[in-house]
Amino acid sequence: MGTTLFDKLWQEHEVTTLSERQSLLYIDRIFLHERTGSVALNGLLERQRSVRRREHAFCTMDHIVDTLPGRGDDTLMPSGRDFIVATRHAAQETGIQLFDIADADQGIVHVISPELGIALPGLSLICPDSHTCTLGGLGALAWGVGSTEAEHALATSTLRVTRPQTMRVSFAGLLGEGVSAKDLILFTIRELSASGGAGYAIEFAGPAIDALPVEARLTLCNMTTELSAFTGLIAADRKVLDYCVGRRYAPQGELWDQAAQHWQSLRSDEGAVFNQEHSFEIGSLKPQLSWGTSPQHCVDWDDAIPHASDAPDALASAAWQRAQDYMGVTSGSQLSDYALDAAFIGSCTNSRLSDLQLAAAYLERTGHKVAKGVKALCVPDSGQVKRAAEAEGLDDIFRSAGFEWREPGCSMCFFAGGESFGKGVRVASTTNRNFEGRQGLGVRTHIASPLTVVASACAGHLVADTTA
Amino acid sequence: MTPFTQHCGVALPLLRDNIDTDAIIPSREMRTVSRSGLAAGLFAPWRYLDADARTSNPEFALNQSEYSGASILLAGDNFGCGSSREHAVWALMESGFRAVIAPSFATIFRNNALRNGLLTVALAQRDLDELVAWVSVDPAANAIQLDLEACTIESDPEKEKKVFSVDPTARDMLLKGLDEIGLTEQSMDLVSRFEERDQARRPWVYLGSD
Ligand code: SF4
Repeated sequence: MGTTLFDKLWQEHEVTTLSERQSLLYIDRIFLHERTGSVALNGLLERQRSVRRREHAFCTMDHIVDTLPGRGDDTLMPSGRDFIVATRHAAQETGIQLFDIADADQGIVHVISPELGIALPGLSLICPDSHTCTLGGLGALAWGVGSTEAEHALATSTLRVTRPQTMRVSFAGLLGEGVSAKDLILFTIRELSASGGAGYAIEFAGPAIDALPVEARLTLCNMTTELSAFTGLIAADRKVLDYCVGRRYAPQGELWDQAAQHWQSLRSDEGAVFNQEHSFEIGSLKPQLSWGTSPQHCVDWDDAIPHASDAPDALASAAWQRAQDYMGVTSGSQLSDYALDAAFIGSCTNSRLSDLQLAAAYLERTGHKVAKGVKALCVPDSGQVKRAAEAEGLDDIFRSAGFEWREPGCSMCFFAGGESFGKGVRVASTTNRNFEGRQGLGVRTHIASPLTVVASACAGHLVADTTA
Repeated sequence: MTPFTQHCGVALPLLRDNIDTDAIIPSREMRTVSRSGLAAGLFAPWRYLDADARTSNPEFALNQSEYSGASILLAGDNFGCGSSREHAVWALMESGFRAVIAPSFATIFRNNALRNGLLTVALAQRDLDELVAWVSVDPAANAIQLDLEACTIESDPEKEKKVFSVDPTARDMLLKGLDEIGLTEQSMDLVSRFEERDQARRPWVYLGSD
């Protein structure tokens, strides 16, 4: 019987078993940010513990720092400065590498870790942030933890982990024109439900995955936490190796050859048995749009919003009704019936260079501008993404179409307490969570792909681009 | 961490599926680099009609007198999904909660709870429904008794105690109130030996001290 990719990664990092289901795992890389990482670093300092291997720990400023041009330590969030200063201080005290506000490589944690070669295939990586699963797209064993667990990893280079079960989700067929990895993961969440991955490490496989560019794989794995999964994984292939080679913290020369050879063995064996398997034919998948307040509340963009009475049970029915009330939408209507107030291209899900290229190409091809009355924002994920986009002139395209062009960070992916869209505002957003209040009190978030968001921004209402 | 052995308290039903950590404690309520000062922000989006003015929503159970002093939360499926913020656990504990009973939990939330002494009990829907029915009759009088030693829940004396299962290592940690970091620090020789072996196998992992 073959071994799954997940089991190989688990074995490779197992220091010792603690019980039937729990092991002490070695943690190769730790990444922190000023929102939850500051608490972990402070906790460590308070208990007079040190970072056991500071060369394996990194920190960035992304969550609270403003994304407005000319930003500094002061933030629109009232006490944001305290987080920034405390994080900087703790990073200095513990001697870990910080990508500070003015650093050329500053950016969203899950984006800069692959960019810098800190996340690599086969490495275990944790961060006190639920979207750490993004890095499974490189074939890394990466998952989100709490602050106390992050402290544990900093102090001991290990974590006590309960072994999840394994699931494989296979996709047959190829994504059509204008349909992206974002649509694929929204569809998967809609099919398996927001708790469908609970207790599982999910490997994505099949022809549709093989065909995905590396950045799209990161988008796909980013939202496995929206399935409540332990993490998502895609076996590293040639594309991933080509992506990683030469990055700052990636091995060089002979060490690279040795690593690359090893990484190629990190895939599920023929005949490997998973605890659960699903397969979907996605050749005719349409762009997805969320209508409610859970990522599982999605429909094909031109389908009607479902009736609460069609929900599987009473609890779900009440949840659907509450979601529709919050979102100001009614069952039976279509999402294209709703006028848009704002559009947001940003977040660790969907604001890498390839996402920006796609959205900008739409603007160039159609010549469309942002519709009157729509506030549109484009927030590149990192300093590297921003510079690469500017070198191609994408910033000009966005600006002249009516988008604001921002500094890198999480920005309005979530409401930190500072900048928000405002109560009742309907936003088409490339982010990953449409929870009540996620983007600010009363904000109505519709999650979608960058192409759908840019097309909607220009149309002035929710719509997918079907002209591609 | 606070040990958990037995607890008897008022239970508050909040029967929604997928209660996410943004709802348990919104990011805007996490104002300082600290683990405390979070209680007033617990369930802020639901418990206040206007969160800024702190106008309470009388329809929300947390604001109703019969649930005052509630220390056990009864919730829907996939409790604690979403953001990894440990503040969700800290806010619950600061507000007096010692246990959450739900059909299932999001993994990060459950791990965070365990590390702080908040008991999470995954209970079959049918058993949970029975607890809710019992509590709803008279929340203040119909308390629930949790025993982690025996892994039982006692409610209606007419009914049998409900038995729940919990991971043995987690149970041990909770019962003794163990500090996990301290525990692992006792195995650091194992970690060093692992690193020696591993460095030969995966030398590219070790970035070498500067
Ligand atoms: S961009 Fe959004 S989802 Fe990603 S790390 Fe930042 S806040 Fe979290």
